[in-house]
Amino acid sequence: MTVLTKQLHSDRQAPPRHPWKHLATRWIKKQLFPTPFQSCLSLTTLVLLLWFIPFALDWLLFSATFVGDSKADCVGDGACWLPVTQRIELFVYGFYPDTEIWRVNIAFGLAASILPVLYLKQVDRRWVLGYLIVLPFLMWWLLKGGAGLSEVSSTKFAGILVTIFLGVIGMLFALPIGILLALGRRSKKPAIKLLSVLYIELVRSVPVITLLFMASLMIQLFFPEGMTIDIFLRVLIVLIMFTAAYMAETIRGGLQGISSGQFEAAEALGFSYWKTMGLIILPQVLRNTIPPLLTQFIGLFKETTLVVVVGVLDVVGIAMSTTSAPEWLGLEHEVYLFLALFFFIICFTLSHYARHLEKQMEKSRL
Amino acid sequence: MNNISLIKKCATFSVLSVGIGIALIGTAQAGLLEDVKTRDTLRCGVSSDKAGFSYLTDNGEWSGMDVDLCRSVAAAVLGEASKVDFVVTTAKNRFTALASGEIDVLSRATTWTASRDANLGADFTTPWFYDGQGVMTHANFGVSSIEDLDGAVFCLSPGTTSEQNLEDYFGRRNMNYSTVVIEKSTELYNAFQRGRCDAITNDMSGLASRRTQFADPDAFTLLPEAISKEPLGAYVPQGDAQWRDIVTWTAFSLMNAEELNVTSENVDEMRDDTENPNVARLLGTEGHIGERFGLDDAWAYQAIKQVGNYKEIFNRNVGPDTPLNFERGLNRLWNEGGILYAAPIR
Repeated sequence: MTVLTKQLHSDRQAPPRHPWKHLATRWIKKQLFPTPFQSCLSLTTLVLLLWFIPFALDWLLFSATFVGDSKADCVGDGACWLPVTQRIELFVYGFYPDTEIWRVNIAFGLAASILPVLYLKQVDRRWVLGYLIVLPFLMWWLLKGGAGLSEVSSTKFAGILVTIFLGVIGMLFALPIGILLALGRRSKKPAIKLLSVLYIELVRSVPVITLLFMASLMIQLFFPEGMTIDIFLRVLIVLIMFTAAYMAETIRGGLQGISSGQFEAAEALGFSYWKTMGLIILPQVLRNTIPPLLTQFIGLFKETTLVVVVGVLDVVGIAMSTTSAPEWLGLEHEVYLFLALFFFIICFTLSHYARHLEKQMEKSRL
Repeated sequence: MNNISLIKKCATFSVLSVGIGIALIGTAQAGLLEDVKTRDTLRCGVSSDKAGFSYLTDNGEWSGMDVDLCRSVAAAVLGEASKVDFVVTTAKNRFTALASGEIDVLSRATTWTASRDANLGADFTTPWFYDGQGVMTHANFGVSSIEDLDGAVFCLSPGTTSEQNLEDYFGRRNMNYSTVVIEKSTELYNAFQRGRCDAITNDMSGLASRRTQFADPDAFTLLPEAISKEPLGAYVPQGDAQWRDIVTWTAFSLMNAEELNVTSENVDEMRDDTENPNVARLLGTEGHIGERFGLDDAWAYQAIKQVGNYKEIFNRNVGPDTPLNFERGLNRLWNEGGILYAAPIR
């Protein structure tokens, strides 16, 4: 006790010359070495990290091969990134015709621009909504063609293109359906309520992979002979229906969070049901549910990788094909690390963004 | 509040109808040959990750034995080997895709078995690659036959037909074995290399290609016997005899071309200047065989010219100059010690 007071006392008398240094020492003492046991753990972890990081960096970067044409060029002890660098176009654009790649780039750009648009406060919300409604159709038109653009068969779709396409279009189509389902579940009409509840619970209680198998194996058998729906579209519809059910629950949560005073006030003003919902309730609900919806998007984005089991070549499909190409056999680690990095970057950015939005909302609420 | 259900119905309906409208591919009932000609593309079901059979090259081209079979059918039917849309199928959905008309040909290293031919709405064409289940073991055991492996430990992946075949083989001979079961094939082969098990069993082609990737390939031997027959080849939808003939005879024409020494390089010379009536019939200068299939007389000429004969296809995809380095083995011509016996074109 006396020692401590003495120390504090002396601290106060002579402020340290390097305050950040002082802070760092204090932080280290407090966070890493508060008790002997924790000190032990910290030390072990540090030693392990010190041993592992140089080793990992060396393998990943310093001794790794980035330039070359074939496996024979990978002479160092490090990673051989050539299957990724040599195939980067395949990974990103799949089999999309070379001359039409600009369409994919525009579509990617449009999809990425959702994030800043959600963030900007100056932009009128109706524009944002309009953009979100138009975007999936626009992306569809850009990528599939028709109406002035040359048509591209969906057998040409592969790689990151598929992942982004399924993720973004799936999400944006699922949103309106999810809103309707959420409203339906809270509806006072028993038939609508029952149907919505049935749908939501049924879809939520079945794993998405089962639905994908159904889309891939069963749906075709119900159609008349000769009639086929593109596997790509079937998979997209499954993902939309699946996400819509989950989204309905998120939005229902948001709806329950709106105080009943809002409904009563709207009723007192003589607003109809749709006006109440459209002008008063939903804007608040959507604003509050953007972060959980973004989290859901992350989920959907990762779920798109399941389509590989029904023969749609998304980025994982291309990776698996790469690891089994004779010229790159045995380089699974590098290819799967690349995949991990790709998903980490996108999902981490998004979750960070969701957290940021949440904080912004907390602030504006105060 | 009927509005809700109305709007919901509208929404569902419009989503569905837009979707169907975009993707509906109406096909006439006239037979697959007519369909393919009208569409001007062959839709071919392949696998996306079988080295040497169907896989992707760096610039996104499809490549492999199975892929080349599709290309030669496209060349024979449409005159252009590039007019193929490759549809990726999985082991589970391949037959559904064929039965529902999503693909015209299934060329995916699929074994010809009685139950598949009988049940699945599919007809087999002809074997395109003879494979068999083999056994690989450590060279220092000095073992030369599977019969010597009584009591050995096998590395296996769970739930495959290879497990069943092994059980059949050992059970019949009253021999014992034990297993180490590992799900992922990479780990399976690593375990075998480290000596976790004495032997490993899989398709011979698969074993051979894996061995080339080992750190020390010479430390392992591939035993000569096959414990199961695996004739791989293309399937077509059931009940279209004309289409089945076309795919079968396209494959035969490439094998006959090897037999007659017709290659993609000398095919023009051979066509213009040949004394051999077999070559003349194959290349369509005599006999009008193609016409009888509903094709151009130059059907086989196009396939050979654009894709190559069987030997060229084999060597390009799995032969000694590739990392896979397969033996021709059973897939040699019948007159060179193999069992590749294509019916004559006349």
